[in-house]
Amino acid sequence: MVLSFFDQFMSPSYLGIPLMALALILPWTLYPKPTSQWISNRVLTLQGWFINRFTQQLMLPLGRKGHKWALLLTSLMIFLITLNMLGLLPYTFTPTTQLSLNMGFAVPLWLATVLIGMRNQPTIALGHLLPEGTPTPLIPVLIIIETISLFIRPIALGVRLTANLTAGHLLIQLIATAAFVLAPLMPTVALLTATLLLLLTLLEVAVAMIQAYVFVLLLSLYLQENV
Amino acid sequence: MADRPVPIVEKRLLDVKLGELVTWIGGRDATPNGIFAALRRGHDRYYNKYINVKKGGIGGIAMLLVGYVAISYLWEYDHIKHDRWRKYH
Repeated sequence: MVLSFFDQFMSPSYLGIPLMALALILPWTLYPKPTSQWISNRVLTLQGWFINRFTQQLMLPLGRKGHKWALLLTSLMIFLITLNMLGLLPYTFTPTTQLSLNMGFAVPLWLATVLIGMRNQPTIALGHLLPEGTPTPLIPVLIIIETISLFIRPIALGVRLTANLTAGHLLIQLIATAAFVLAPLMPTVALLTATLLLLLTLLEVAVAMIQAYVFVLLLSLYLQENV
Repeated sequence: MADRPVPIVEKRLLDVKLGELVTWIGGRDATPNGIFAALRRGHDRYYNKYINVKKGGIGGIAMLLVGYVAISYLWEYDHIKHDRWRKYH
């Protein structure tokens, strides 16, 4: 049986249920439902504080009409950040390393922003294809370029998230293997490698949070243009 | 004082005598609704004991995450066992 470093990205099945199902359901169980008590437990307080601050920050540039998206964007952010962070635990499976899942998030949401713009304010939405102040001879080329960039957005959204997380996980596995193999041979080098691994893990924690945030932020940006 | 006789199926697991165990298992509600109800009960017990307390610590969530890691390891064991048995990686 061929074992490669990419095996961690396969979703293993047990009794017919893929591990991806468990990994996707888990974030839902980790966040308790708020009660009508005035002072709730610590987890609920922290959760409520985070969600309130995040939604407030995100909805600041969007107008009243964009506030309809608050629930969707905040829940997407919480879902992505939980999936990414849980993936850093040993033996767990990270669903966001699968391109299919990320494209499933990116394409419908991006398409929704474009359709909203085209439907409600078609002139302004089409006007985004030509930045202000372009020299006249450049106009045809620039419109083509802007259209291409518009259509590349969902691909970029999905691939960015996938690539960042996959690369991070792969690096962790590679460096951990190196440290493990070097330990009996050259302990000092193994120690250095282990330090590198520690720093990398910290980086991965940051990347996990940042990538989820970037995803949602860009979506809110596309919404801002179009709403 | 003598307790009123309770039907076997409605007893809690630790009150069931060994001889009645099979009857107990057979009579439990195994419909999807029943399974969800049992999961909900288990979740509520865990939540109210470890998380929904005035000064809950990191232990409540930490136990959940360790359990998740353990379940993931079990799920992947068939795949991972080859890693351990291999001579050259």
